[in-house]
Amino acid sequence: MSRIGVFICQCGTNIADTVDTEKVAEEMKKIPGVVHTQDYKFMCSSPGQKMLKEAVKKHRLDGMIVSACSPHMHEKTFRRACESAGINPYMCEIANIREQCSWVHHDKTKETGTVKSLDLTRMTIERLKKNQPLKPNKIPVNKRALIIGGGIAGIQAALDIADGGREVLLVEKTPSIGGNMAKLSETFPTMDCSQCILTPKMVEAELHENITLMTYSEVEKIEGFIGNFRVTIRKKARYVNEELCTGCGDCWDKCPFKQDSEFEHGLKKRKVIYTPFPQSVPNIPVIDAPNCAMLQKGKCGVCAKVCGPKAVDFEQKDIVVEEKVGAIVVATGYDLMPNEHFGEYGYGRIKDVINGLQFERLASSSGPTGGKILRPSDGKEPQSIVFIQCAGSRDEKKGVSYCSKICCMYTAKHTMLYRHKVHDGQSYVFYMDIRSGGKRYEEFVRGAIEKDGAMYLRGRVSRVYEKDGKVIVQGADTLSDSQVEIEADMVVLATALVSRPGADTLAQKLGIGYDKHKFYNEYHPKLKPVETVTAGIFLAGTCLGPMDVPESVAQGSAAASKVLVLTSSDEMIKDPTTAIVNDFTCNACWDCVVACPYSAIEKTDIKDREGNVIRRLAHVNDGVCTGCGTCVAACRSKAIDLKGYTDEQVYAAINAF
Amino acid sequence: MSQENTEETQATETTETFEPKIMAFVCNWCTYAGADLAGTSRMEYRPNVRIIKLPCTGRIDPLFIIKAFENGADGVLVSGCHPGDCHYTAGNYHAKRRWIAFRSLMEFTGIDTRRLQFSWISASEALKWVDLINNVTDEIKALGPFMDFKNLKG
Repeated sequence: MSRIGVFICQCGTNIADTVDTEKVAEEMKKIPGVVHTQDYKFMCSSPGQKMLKEAVKKHRLDGMIVSACSPHMHEKTFRRACESAGINPYMCEIANIREQCSWVHHDKTKETGTVKSLDLTRMTIERLKKNQPLKPNKIPVNKRALIIGGGIAGIQAALDIADGGREVLLVEKTPSIGGNMAKLSETFPTMDCSQCILTPKMVEAELHENITLMTYSEVEKIEGFIGNFRVTIRKKARYVNEELCTGCGDCWDKCPFKQDSEFEHGLKKRKVIYTPFPQSVPNIPVIDAPNCAMLQKGKCGVCAKVCGPKAVDFEQKDIVVEEKVGAIVVATGYDLMPNEHFGEYGYGRIKDVINGLQFERLASSSGPTGGKILRPSDGKEPQSIVFIQCAGSRDEKKGVSYCSKICCMYTAKHTMLYRHKVHDGQSYVFYMDIRSGGKRYEEFVRGAIEKDGAMYLRGRVSRVYEKDGKVIVQGADTLSDSQVEIEADMVVLATALVSRPGADTLAQKLGIGYDKHKFYNEYHPKLKPVETVTAGIFLAGTCLGPMDVPESVAQGSAAASKVLVLTSSDEMIKDPTTAIVNDFTCNACWDCVVACPYSAIEKTDIKDREGNVIRRLAHVNDGVCTGCGTCVAACRSKAIDLKGYTDEQVYAAINAF
Repeated sequence: MSQENTEETQATETTETFEPKIMAFVCNWCTYAGADLAGTSRMEYRPNVRIIKLPCTGRIDPLFIIKAFENGADGVLVSGCHPGDCHYTAGNYHAKRRWIAFRSLMEFTGIDTRRLQFSWISASEALKWVDLINNVTDEIKALGPFMDFKNLKG
């Protein structure tokens, strides 16, 4: 038998003006199970709460209704008061008679408001009678974190988490961490040398006692849930023993075979045994197996012969490891749009038409030309360069609908770098709009135009072709309303940033969402920018969409702080409002499994002593369930219920209507 | 009192003083917050609606709606987050799909489908909530009391 106390708040005059709280208190006393009712000026005030607690003791209450403001306002306050008075906080319910009654029905005779308040309070009382005390779910949390992607965002997240005292596993697909930022020459708007600011972080990540690097490795499978993920990682065969290799470089010096360097975007060759770039972390080479004569045909083996510590191992195989982690940060980065999209600009056909990252390599002092701007076709210094912006961006027909965000800035930077290196060179920029929102960004672009003499032409390019060793660019200058033709020595395309190939496959493994461009979806674009719908998985950097280095770093740190919050205690406390399956009535139709947006429902087997499966059952994972109740309504046999919003509670409220 | 007499008294009530009882099933995150905002903004609307808050429209079992009609509701309202805005990513899509199937079932059983209304109201659309309640109240008022179930109950 329940002993319910009903407390009606006057909220000063906010409620009392249009609701006769005294009458509500009087009427509610008549309901069976209600043993005490009271109205008061301010229930949320400390005397009000003291009164609640005293009433709980005096009348030995086991449940409480507060008819007051919206539960979004003070539900927590009153539930806490309940808890301190010794009753389960989930035995306290709020009837909203302010926002949804007294404030919207201005009848001064108080009749309208009183009638509605009576109904609302009565419905809540009947609901409360069916409430069950609930205890918060406690989920054990593994304190290790996995970072997928070793670009700047991933490195930043790894360092912050590791500095916070947690173990980090940093998995990178390529042979070295560093990502796209390692390819950049200088960074806008400060013109810091990119490698000068990045490589110390790369080394720090390598040496940090809490970080384990797994380069040349890929995530194959992810199972489990927040705090308890099991990750299968394939460590691809390097054919070089990481323990023995000293990174001396004798092997790649002597290797007789060459391939286009991925890191240099085809502007330079690399050997078949190679590190992507001189500052690679770890400084351990890999053998490009499909192009290695020894691995393919069994002829050569020069690298193994010259290797002092005998680290080259042609017998090495892929290793598959399973790791347990509590949180995952996805920071897989971006790619540039492939060149077949830009036929009219001659990309891939005309040697001197290159993309933004290729220009970065030309301008980089560690690049193929040692930092000299030389055109790829004949190695001559270009006297004029045309930069074409929005190559693929903001062009739904030929490319992508979105703005790639960083191109306006890096093109301005390119014109500056070019002028600083080729003093009499002239740069032309074809642009649609200049988007330079950001701290000191607009001033930076103005500097490129005013100090470094870049000529900005507002319009699109229609055609690029080769003539007598020159690259002819035809386009429109819409501001002077004329057609222009520029004889340039080189053309740089600001190609669109796109998601990594395979981004969708990884998202499916992780159970996170992605948009039509295969950029990953944040939980909420404003309030949860680095979270995903799958609890315990966070995002950082350009896998979310185009962004610059400062933003990627900020997101890396943001994701790290989320991981540190999650791993700050051994157990995670979760709201008990989760679904629960009745094992006796579940008939394993799996409608709930299909309905659940969070993959929180698992199919479990009930086995007999001999291990034969005798029944199958749905089982809700409390760690993943968010309590939406979609499965409950989907269940045909009514075998699932939602704690805190059970069918019984809802029907009780409807019946009191 | 015989059934016929009840019907007669109800029928006269329809034109004059009939105040419909409307039950609203709303989600906690969008529509409930939108209704709260109508209060915080001190807007005014018809007092005929009684809200039952659920975490998500996806939680709404069509039987809740039947039960509401059985308990004397003249109209039922279901409202949640806009498509794409669901706090739980997809609950409102489930609700919508169920609603479409349920509506044809209502049609089949002879319940006027205008008595069940579905809407998307976000946490900022207080005005839309006010308009919705006023319109639904007027519409149900025009339809008169829902007697089919009440008569069955005797």
